[in-house]
Amino acid sequence: MAARASRITVVIAALCVASLHGSSSQGTAPPARAPQRIVSLVPALTEMLFAIGAGPQVVGVSSYDAFPPQVKTLPRVGALLDPDTERILALRPDLVITYGSQSNAEAQFARAGIRTYSYRHGGIATILESLRELAALTGRRADGDRIAGDLQARFDAVRARVRGRPRPRTVLVFEHDSGTLRSMFVSGGIGFLHDMLEIAGGNDVFADVKRESVQPSVETLISRAPDVIVEIRANPPPNVDAERRAWLTLTTVPAVKNGRVHFLAGEYLVVPGPRVAQGVEAFARALHPDAFR
Amino acid sequence: MSSPTDVTAPVAPATHQASVRRHAARGARATKARVLATIGGFGVLAILTCLLAPLVGSTHISLLRAFDRTIPFADNVDAQIFFIARLPRVLAGALVGAGLASAGVVFQALLRNPLADPFTLGVSGGASVGAMLAISFGLSLSVGPLSPVPLATLSGAAGAAFLVYRLATTAGRAMSTSVLLLAGVTLNAFFSAVIMLLQYVSSFTEVYRAMRWLMGDLDIGGFTPVIAALPLMAIAFVLIAFLPSALNQLSVGSDAAASRGVDVARVQRIAFVSASLATSGSVSLAGPIGFVGIVVPHLVRLIVGVDHRVVLPASALFGAAFLVGCDLAARTLFSPVEIPLGIVTAMIGGPFFLWLLVRRG
Repeated sequence: MAARASRITVVIAALCVASLHGSSSQGTAPPARAPQRIVSLVPALTEMLFAIGAGPQVVGVSSYDAFPPQVKTLPRVGALLDPDTERILALRPDLVITYGSQSNAEAQFARAGIRTYSYRHGGIATILESLRELAALTGRRADGDRIAGDLQARFDAVRARVRGRPRPRTVLVFEHDSGTLRSMFVSGGIGFLHDMLEIAGGNDVFADVKRESVQPSVETLISRAPDVIVEIRANPPPNVDAERRAWLTLTTVPAVKNGRVHFLAGEYLVVPGPRVAQGVEAFARALHPDAFR
Repeated sequence: MSSPTDVTAPVAPATHQASVRRHAARGARATKARVLATIGGFGVLAILTCLLAPLVGSTHISLLRAFDRTIPFADNVDAQIFFIARLPRVLAGALVGAGLASAGVVFQALLRNPLADPFTLGVSGGASVGAMLAISFGLSLSVGPLSPVPLATLSGAAGAAFLVYRLATTAGRAMSTSVLLLAGVTLNAFFSAVIMLLQYVSSFTEVYRAMRWLMGDLDIGGFTPVIAALPLMAIAFVLIAFLPSALNQLSVGSDAAASRGVDVARVQRIAFVSASLATSGSVSLAGPIGFVGIVVPHLVRLIVGVDHRVVLPASALFGAAFLVGCDLAARTLFSPVEIPLGIVTAMIGGPFFLWLLVRRG
């Protein structure tokens, strides 16, 4: 998307560079200046911007942004379905971070001569790649490499800890109706949650279903017989005991039989940003308590 | 056999009257045995479907093992799949299919409108608002066997039905079916706006769950939800059982029915209450599954004619068989991924109904 910088941006950038460096005699297009006013419509990428030290350049965030705490005072400009283009333009951004499906908004920003960086959720590799691209885009390549390297090191540390231990067959549950197992959504075989689970030393029982989320039936849950069930929520459920009781009907499921239904709560678990390593560590502790004694 | 125009054209009193008279005459000729045979035929179909459905699923199970009492239930995977995953699902499907189909018949007769269905009078709208509130605000209140979402759904459905009833019977007036219809349609539109508002202010995962709820689902994972809906449905079916002859009279027109000694107001009240109860119970159990309530009654009429003494029980039985069959397709066609039930009912039922319609024509 960076390559989609419109001609106007190039012209403005050229003027800026020209004014800074005097007249340029070289014929090649001068490099675009690092953006100074960034609006992020994607919470995960807002976190990345702050992690690489580009936080001070962020002038607007989505209505779902909650981390780091500094975002709480920033203007809210809508989100995935309802980006408030007028408010965004009024913030005079020179870079807007959009989600891949927001092609209308992207076209509007292009017409206004504003650069966009388009992102789509993917696996852990996408997180690391986006970190590096954002860092390059904001002139903080070294910070990007450092943060991505840190994440990689923490993943490797978890891998090393759980290496050689039997990998429990695990299901990662992110939703179901309160107090029952109805309307359940679990992680399938792609996406960052699936990748986190694999790094943490678990085998995803729905790895064969190549979707980010799967709605398994009770029958499928019984027949897949997971050794461990990990329920993750952005916010803790109001009544964890009731949620735990909901599982007790499925007594043949090894995870239920052996009391290995875990509840993990925290926004860091569900945002594919720089806190993902913390999530991987939490998964690993749930899957391999012995490895962390 | 009736001609298809009876069921597809907006109710034209003259032709309807003629057809009912024709059928009344034929009904007199028809022996009770023939009526029983028709119902028996649909009954066998329903029973066979309900017996076959729990045997098939996404997993292969051994029935011998499932019924082997020497293995403790807590360790018997086949038994748990049969008794927790499949059997409650099939029973719920039968109950909901029968409930929606018979509610459809009753509403079509009560409103004298072939396009009426269990959701015409705002019951599904109210139910959806309830479900949406429970999902968006993460309600965790349960009452007895009713878990939060079904509880909220049931309250919404009952609330909407009560509201529509009050609107149609204000100031001690007799129930006006046209007011009933207009009030219902308006309430549905109002509830859709409320639903959209709730979705707009909810987060993506909640919106997605709510959308999924609207597509219907029978994967109830145990008998508790069936037990919760059963009393309501039982009352509904008992009340509906009193209706067939009166509905035959009513479909000619309320004046004509009154002149033949039918207590029109009372019949309308029972019809409304019973069909609303059946719909509310069904929606709280499985979500607003479309298509069954409108097409099964028409389908059955294409086969057996318009006499409610046959149409009502036959629709209930065929509705049960149809929904159980659709659910079987939903859970096996693309396993381990399931197709939402509401999609299957329309995608299987739609072409089948059109085929029957064209063939009869």
